[in-house]
Amino acid sequence: MLLNQFLVLAAVLFCIGVYGVIARKNGVLVLMSVELILNAVNINLVAFSAMTDSISGQVFALFVIAVAAAEVGVGLAIVLAIFRTHKTVDLDQVDLMKG
Amino acid sequence: MPASLLAVTTETYSTPVLDWHALAPLVILMVTLGLAIIVDSISARRTSTVLPNLAGLGMLAALIPVLTLAISDDRSRELFGGSFVVDRFSLLMSALFLVAGYVTVLLSTNYIAEGDYHEGEYYFLLVASVAGMVFMASARDLISIFVALELLSIPAYLLASWRKRTQTGIEGGMKYYLMGVFASAIMLYGMSLIFGGTGHTRLVDVGEALHGSFGSEPIAVIGIVLTLVGFAFKVSAVPFHNWAPDTYEGAPTPITAFLSVASKAAGFVALIQLIFVGFLGRDDVVRPMMFILAALTMFVGNVIALRQTNVVRLFAYSSVAQAGFILAPLAVVAADDPAVLSGIVESMTLYLVAYALMNLGAFAVIIAVSRRTGTGEMDSWGGLFSWAPALAVTMAIFLFSLGGIPPMLGWNAKFRLFDAVVSAGTASAYTMAVIMAINTVISMAYYLTLVRRMFVDDAPDGDHTPIKVPVPLVAAMAITATVVVVAGVIPGPLSDLAQSATLAIAG
Repeated sequence: MLLNQFLVLAAVLFCIGVYGVIARKNGVLVLMSVELILNAVNINLVAFSAMTDSISGQVFALFVIAVAAAEVGVGLAIVLAIFRTHKTVDLDQVDLMKG
Repeated sequence: MPASLLAVTTETYSTPVLDWHALAPLVILMVTLGLAIIVDSISARRTSTVLPNLAGLGMLAALIPVLTLAISDDRSRELFGGSFVVDRFSLLMSALFLVAGYVTVLLSTNYIAEGDYHEGEYYFLLVASVAGMVFMASARDLISIFVALELLSIPAYLLASWRKRTQTGIEGGMKYYLMGVFASAIMLYGMSLIFGGTGHTRLVDVGEALHGSFGSEPIAVIGIVLTLVGFAFKVSAVPFHNWAPDTYEGAPTPITAFLSVASKAAGFVALIQLIFVGFLGRDDVVRPMMFILAALTMFVGNVIALRQTNVVRLFAYSSVAQAGFILAPLAVVAADDPAVLSGIVESMTLYLVAYALMNLGAFAVIIAVSRRTGTGEMDSWGGLFSWAPALAVTMAIFLFSLGGIPPMLGWNAKFRLFDAVVSAGTASAYTMAVIMAINTVISMAYYLTLVRRMFVDDAPDGDHTPIKVPVPLVAAMAITATVVVVAGVIPGPLSDLAQSATLAIAG
């Protein structure tokens, strides 16, 4: 069935994204991994929306895209500020307070 | 498939009927936002008292429609096909967010004006975040919950990294941001699975579908767990808490107070709405998850708080532990017992109100004291009673209240939490009550350590010159301390308020 392929693609993207967030040490790459998860969400939403004939999934996906753009804008600003104070975006070195 | 999509678009469009009275609090906050931008861009001086006043007045003005809605006869108003519901629960929580926002403005006024901070953007973002929280209190749809969550979170990320020239400030902000977007992405994946299974985004419809055939599918469990994880981060539940101490230490102290109170309460509001309106059909999934989260959160927060030497970090871990207490009643959610359910909502709302007041008050004292000491180290608190007796007594009130000593408000609220947990009457409920009791004792240890430092120890450098506390801080302390003491001695009105704050679940 067609739906399964979309869901598998989304699940794979989700797993790659989660792996990236946990394993990557570069701040920008972590941001990109989060974007991968959000894209997995969008694929899921649009696929389900087409399957169930409900328009709200596509509306949801539009909201996710818009909000993700705002989020990444803030994230890049924070990464830039980090680079100014720490001279690096390596998350292992940006750890003065140690939890 | 394209044909089916076209079929959707041929439905006739009808303009939604807007209930402006129900929307008024949000409209007022949005107007305040717009005014803040205009005033900031036309005022020549960067440090004026106009903006804090504008932000504070905006939030107080938004309280007026909340009050008029509360005394109107309609117990619940639904807008946008039920995705935005104004009921007693959302009104009480909106009032809590607005008061917490106003107190945060009071805490910020001198702190921001005297530090090297951008004032205009600060108050703009603060009001935006409060607007997100007020929206969250009424959001009863997966989409609107997501939008509300982001509207309150994105300004909070910026506010948390406000001290951008110090390394710790921006570092705390970045940890908050990365954990936040990761958690909201996970939550979205869970929501997409729930939407896929049920075909609805409205929580009421999701709830009905979960009672039906979708409820028994494994994908429903994954969806519920992932969605709740997103909010477990927001309330800093263990194991999603490790951003909290660093962020709280690095952020400006008024923002620390705001995050530990308002942002946390918003997370709980979302959890209550999701679980009680949406996920009751699978209470067998929610119960063990919340049991583990609550028990871990209480133990880890309390045990690490015991060995903190910095007051702000102490309160960071204390607020983690308090989140565990508020989560505890969710561990006994039972769909088939309405008495237990209403007890849980009532005790959680009461504790959220009590916790907000006492934590904001405690942070007001912390800000006042560190104006003179310039540090958050606990040693600098030695002998506070000898040079600032009023501050020491006020702080002691809040600490006793946080620990749950009568006759403060915190005692009554904590008692209700125990009551709600025990009334479920199951073995796990009694276990949870025992865990809560043990943790109350542990938390008393570090609250009382701070009290002992203030009253028994000597001032570190023998400096006994009195302290000058600015008027807004005094106002913040007076408001919170009065309510904590009065509502503790006369618990009736606030309890009645919490009891009447029912969720409009039907419809």
